[in-house]
Amino acid sequence: MLRFVLRRLVQVVPTLLLLSLLVFAWLRSLPGGPASAFLGDRATPERIAELNRVLGLDQPIFVQYGRFLGRVLTGDFGASTITGQPVLAEIGRALPATVELSVLALVIAVALGIPLGYLAAQHRGGPVDIATVIGTLIGVAVPVFFLGYLLKAFFAVELGWFPPSGRLSIDVDATNVTGFVVLDGLLTREFDASLDALSHLVLPAVALATIPLAVIVRITRASVLDVLGSDFVRTANSKGLAPGTVRSRHVLRNALLPVSTTIGLQVGLLLAGAVLTEKVFVWGGIGTLLADAITLKDYPRLQALLLLGALVYVLVNLLVDLSYAIIDPRVRL
Amino acid sequence: MTPLLEVDDLRVAFRRRGEPDTVAVDGVSFDVAPGQVIGLVGESGCGKSVTAMAIMRLLPARGVRVTGSVQLDGVDLLGLSESQMRERRGKDLSMVFQDPLSSLNPVIPIGLQVTEVLARHRGMAKEPARKAAADLLERVGIPDPRRRLGSYPHQLSGGMRQRALIAIALACRPRLLIADEPTTALDVTIQAQILELLRELVRETGAALIMITHDLGVVAGLCETVNVLYGGRIVERAQRHRLFGTPRHPYTHGLLRSIPRLDAPSGEELVAIRGSVVDNLPWEHACAFAPRCPRAVDLCTGTTPLAETSGGRLLRCHNPVPASAE
Repeated sequence: MLRFVLRRLVQVVPTLLLLSLLVFAWLRSLPGGPASAFLGDRATPERIAELNRVLGLDQPIFVQYGRFLGRVLTGDFGASTITGQPVLAEIGRALPATVELSVLALVIAVALGIPLGYLAAQHRGGPVDIATVIGTLIGVAVPVFFLGYLLKAFFAVELGWFPPSGRLSIDVDATNVTGFVVLDGLLTREFDASLDALSHLVLPAVALATIPLAVIVRITRASVLDVLGSDFVRTANSKGLAPGTVRSRHVLRNALLPVSTTIGLQVGLLLAGAVLTEKVFVWGGIGTLLADAITLKDYPRLQALLLLGALVYVLVNLLVDLSYAIIDPRVRL
Repeated sequence: MTPLLEVDDLRVAFRRRGEPDTVAVDGVSFDVAPGQVIGLVGESGCGKSVTAMAIMRLLPARGVRVTGSVQLDGVDLLGLSESQMRERRGKDLSMVFQDPLSSLNPVIPIGLQVTEVLARHRGMAKEPARKAAADLLERVGIPDPRRRLGSYPHQLSGGMRQRALIAIALACRPRLLIADEPTTALDVTIQAQILELLRELVRETGAALIMITHDLGVVAGLCETVNVLYGGRIVERAQRHRLFGTPRHPYTHGLLRSIPRLDAPSGEELVAIRGSVVDNLPWEHACAFAPRCPRAVDLCTGTTPLAETSGGRLLRCHNPVPASAE
């Protein structure tokens, strides 16, 4: 197990290296660049050349890449061409917001998705099943930003149940400890701050959760149906076990294998969805950083964010593989 | 002796939308006395497994209609609620399945798969149940049973897995055990061991055994009474020796003649039953076996043969093999 984890972690290094090269080359092959984006209307060929020289972008690409790698090895991803701030510090400040949002969205998706999928499978062809299947189709089909505005218009503006945007109300004075506002409130016993932060989280988390929720429901449903028809479930029933025992011990444990893979894959989509959700709900997280960096061709920030995304993805899928080994004894790591 | 199990006019129909019902079991009746071993024999699709599943009430609730009665100790199992039936399954009657690998839960240790029956029906606590499970595994011939409690199905051989399934089925000493092709997925040498084990265990526990098989060799070594099924109906029933000695139904006759025998003169051809189950005629107005039957006469394709009992033998045939033949 430990050897497996170490081997996988070592494999991350070449993956990220290759990816960094691709990102590096790909960004520089796009038309325009940080200089023209930064200068906007004031751009003249001379000024662009001047700025490129300052940013080191006039050097041959392999020289730039070499410098980039050298700096990255010392933990320096460079400064944002938009703000001039170190990229890592910016990401560090924005990360808690996105993590908070993504984790809550994932919790909603998993906590609702697995029972719903199970219920649909158990009542296959019945009204519950049909409603679930149609509901998940809508869930996948509706774009995140559209749903976001819809939720905002109805629950925030019309009903006023939840705040329409931001992470905290202006009048709430919260102490910053970790950057995770809900957690900070609990740590400092400022429970009103935690509650306020939670109420801000609900709408964006729901918007972000819909697609993973729909996917988890469908995979769970298919997987449970598959397991329900298997011989060992028949054996479990032939033993006269209580329905609850058959469900949890025999059906669900086996059905969760494909579901756990799906959850891992959803984390990648969650990061992508966060960009749109954060935009709609003015959520100052990674998504906002990324969106701005793309419009303004902020190479250093984009490089760092894309590598960070890849790292998260790889680590989450490592966790998925480990969960496999826990659920299924046939999997030896 | 009053029978332990009385199956009377059991009928199982699968309903499919827009199509006529498919009748898999069509008025099957038989009795099993306590401690008796009977065989249900027939080729694939004759309804023998569906009969077993109907007795266990393991058929899906939707799309299947089961009628008739299945009385265990005078209680009609078909009339019980699902939760009452769950109280009985695994305790009063249990089942051993064909494919031991797929019939065991792959992600749970063998020990738990044995102890959960004991906990469910005998209310045993964890430790006594583990002790009892180890004893059971030992009894079915699994070496080093204590250690095996923690093994997963994929870590056992096919024969060991089937032994574990038998241990599970017999854990609560049921009065009726149904074994559905328990040796089909196993090597020939292992087959013999498993059959021997079943024979010993039913003798030891006093359980009645319904042996479901397509293999007449299995029947010959084990069963006192043999029911031959064809197209969902019993076409012949007799004591083992009489059935093997003087098969009267042409189907039984054909089955026996299609078995290779060591003592047959060399060069003698094996006789196969021609055609397949898909050629069946509907029982409603003919003999289902008629299209494949070497002894078919005009009557067979126009009139349903009735089950007639004489001299302890049930026979459903218009033109049976003469009793003196062979």
